[in-house]
Amino acid sequence: MTILFGDDVQIDGAVAARGALMGPSPASQRELRTHLATHGAVPALGAHAVVRLAADSGLAGHGGAGFPLHRKLEAVIAARGRAIVVANGAEGEPASAKDRWLLSRRPHLVLDGLQLVARATNATDAYLYLNHRLPVETFSQVLDERRRAGLDPVSVTVVAAPDAFISGEETAVVSHLSGAAALPRFKSPRVTERGVRGRPTLVSNVETLALLALIARRGAGWFRASGTADAPGTMLLTVGGAVRAPGIVEAPHGTPLADVLDLAGGPSTHLQAVLLGGYHGTWLTTDEAAAAKLSRSDLAPLGASPGAGVMVALARGTCALVEMSRVMSYLAQESAGQCGPCLNGLPRIASQLKSIAFQGSTAFQGDRRAVDELLRLGDLVVGRGACHHPDGSMRFLRSGLRVFATEVELHLAGHCSRTSDDVALPLAVTR
Amino acid sequence: MNATKTTTRIVVDWTACDGRGLCAELLPELVSRDEWGFPLIPDPAVPAALRYHAERAIAACPRLALRLSSA
Repeated sequence: MTILFGDDVQIDGAVAARGALMGPSPASQRELRTHLATHGAVPALGAHAVVRLAADSGLAGHGGAGFPLHRKLEAVIAARGRAIVVANGAEGEPASAKDRWLLSRRPHLVLDGLQLVARATNATDAYLYLNHRLPVETFSQVLDERRRAGLDPVSVTVVAAPDAFISGEETAVVSHLSGAAALPRFKSPRVTERGVRGRPTLVSNVETLALLALIARRGAGWFRASGTADAPGTMLLTVGGAVRAPGIVEAPHGTPLADVLDLAGGPSTHLQAVLLGGYHGTWLTTDEAAAAKLSRSDLAPLGASPGAGVMVALARGTCALVEMSRVMSYLAQESAGQCGPCLNGLPRIASQLKSIAFQGSTAFQGDRRAVDELLRLGDLVVGRGACHHPDGSMRFLRSGLRVFATEVELHLAGHCSRTSDDVALPLAVTR
Repeated sequence: MNATKTTTRIVVDWTACDGRGLCAELLPELVSRDEWGFPLIPDPAVPAALRYHAERAIAACPRLALRLSSA
């Protein structure tokens, strides 16, 4: 079975490890016996011990928001009703493949972690919410084998996530697992209180769960030995664009971004910018990227965050505005269409950006009002939705307008620096 | 006696709101409308003097898209 990264690149095309999720060998651990031979069995831990390990290790979520796992666990434990736990492997972000890599190569670590959070919350139901490109049947077989081996006291149901950018958003996951469409909902009450079918629900990214499975075996101290004091441990990243070996890498928090690019073979040409955090993420200049480290506190002054570990290197000769225009049109199309400002605003923003990116000759004659209008429309969508889709989309656009200010000036004057027709930013297959 | 002062804020459930605009008519002190008709609330804090009017606007919303939150 071939599992694809993007349209044609295999996930195992390039992997580089500076951590325990991948290392010491990136070979598949899909076979249960390989998994057990590599990692051993999960020690028998009580509910309280699991929560303590989550707290002591400082493990935070790897789906993008970076919320501490133990606080989610405590919220679910404190809520009334029988809990439900969900391994979130939706990975709707087109530039990300790390969750698919993890699920296809380390499924048992994820499933061990799912059982651990089930134990911690005394959950009676568990779900594996799977990226639409991964085969549900394969994972059902994996789960059958685990059940026969007595590894899964809480039965796990595999559910395919719809092919949509926002299908992994926490409330969208809960809506889908409750039998409705995978659309975000109003955030009150929290899913930890009233989630799937009204029951307290823990939704955790698959990488977070896999790390918990390692922590359960090796201890909180082992986890804290890598990474930084405020962000212990390692993270998986999907590194793409103008690097020699695009693919999945694992690096400790605090690693210089330049070293992360080197894990992916280093830049394949001169770069003009780096995108960090995917299509809800932040553009950085090459100077900023050269000085920055992979840590929340380090990146905060740049308006950036490690997010879900997506890094795209943009080569010189590519027009960043053309690239951003393609992505903004995609993001507008991926609006769930529930919230007026997002539904109306994102298409207007995408179309305004398109007119700047693809304008003919001297359409704007240097007039900056075309850009002002873009920012004005942006102000109308930010903070005015049930989810962060408008906010994230505008973070991507605004940071790009700053980093590519020279290109913007060129376009307003009727020029474009593009020397190559290569497409740099991957988009999902058109539905 | 709790020393911290709680602020009452008006909150929009954007998935429910259809932009009918009754809130802007009943509570113009806090709510205006954007170019698509959806509520613009620059400062969602509801002063005590407007509390009654805010509650009326919330009750009048045909989509039940508004609520008060004390945090």
